[in-house]
Amino acid sequence: MNLRARTTLFLVSAAALAVIFVLAFLDLPPMGDYRGPYGYVVTQVAVYERHATDVVNAINYDYRAFDTLGEEFILFAAVLGVLLLFRPDDKKGHKRNSNAQEQDELPVSDALRISTQAIMGLMIVFGFYIATHGQLTPGSGFQGGVILASAPILLYLAGNVGAFEKITSSALVKVAECGGAGGYAIIGISALLAGTHFLTNFVPLGTTGDLFSSGTIAVISVCVGVEVTGGFVQLTQIYLRKIVEAELRKKS
Amino acid sequence: MRLLQWMSLLLVAVAAPGVVLTRDPKPQVVTLSFYGLLCALMFFIFQAPDVALSQITIGAVMLPLMILLALTRMRRHNQQKQRKGSK
Repeated sequence: MNLRARTTLFLVSAAALAVIFVLAFLDLPPMGDYRGPYGYVVTQVAVYERHATDVVNAINYDYRAFDTLGEEFILFAAVLGVLLLFRPDDKKGHKRNSNAQEQDELPVSDALRISTQAIMGLMIVFGFYIATHGQLTPGSGFQGGVILASAPILLYLAGNVGAFEKITSSALVKVAECGGAGGYAIIGISALLAGTHFLTNFVPLGTTGDLFSSGTIAVISVCVGVEVTGGFVQLTQIYLRKIVEAELRKKS
Repeated sequence: MRLLQWMSLLLVAVAAPGVVLTRDPKPQVVTLSFYGLLCALMFFIFQAPDVALSQITIGAVMLPLMILLALTRMRRHNQQKQRKGSK
């Protein structure tokens, strides 16, 4: 098919699509119009039933906690897949461990080094805050976990490759990922042991607005935070591994 | 409030073709990150702070970072291949 025929085919089908699109668009409900009872019901009862002031997380980690468990394991499986694809050769793996012990300082400007280290402290505190206050304010374990996982990257940017390698390749990261994902499932199963349904909020709910309130919502949020931190730290480690290795070798 | 909502929608609509029309991968990562930030702003203006937080952390930080890391990895891989080829 030559260019001219292709262009006409595109123009005709694009015009047809435009007509259908405009017709569909004219029939849309007005902005902010919500058709269905569930949204209104949940916003009315969630704070009363679950003692969680962030209704989004009351839904995510309680009313539809089983869905979120599935999403959690999607992330887990994705990280696992990347690790499997980028698995190191055996010989190189040993060499890496012996190199990783050394401290490394690359020529980075002082301004960058100092500012990243100052920001890193703030970021870790902010990440912990977001991950532990999921039941009270916007944000939860997922967002907090990603913030925490991006903190070590600042170390790499500041030229402290040795510390970056030491943190990201530690076994604790793997334990965090698996422990977080497993912890979520264990909370669900312990509800079964307590005699109710899977992932039922069976823990005492506490006072609305307290840090230790909302029962399993807060605990699951923290579990998710731990898992996401471990997963994303491993992802950055695996992508940067070759580069970090080369820089450490250059130094030694 | 309506005006703010329309403005945020307009910003996103302008930025999205910007990402597509940037053909070189490295500048595209920057425009993608900026587009992610605008999306987060839009979610915030439409009163979804939870989604906005996820969007900032994933769309504006982690996704561009992962693409950059993958690009760096690919470049190094190609360099090593070339070196092996020249030997």
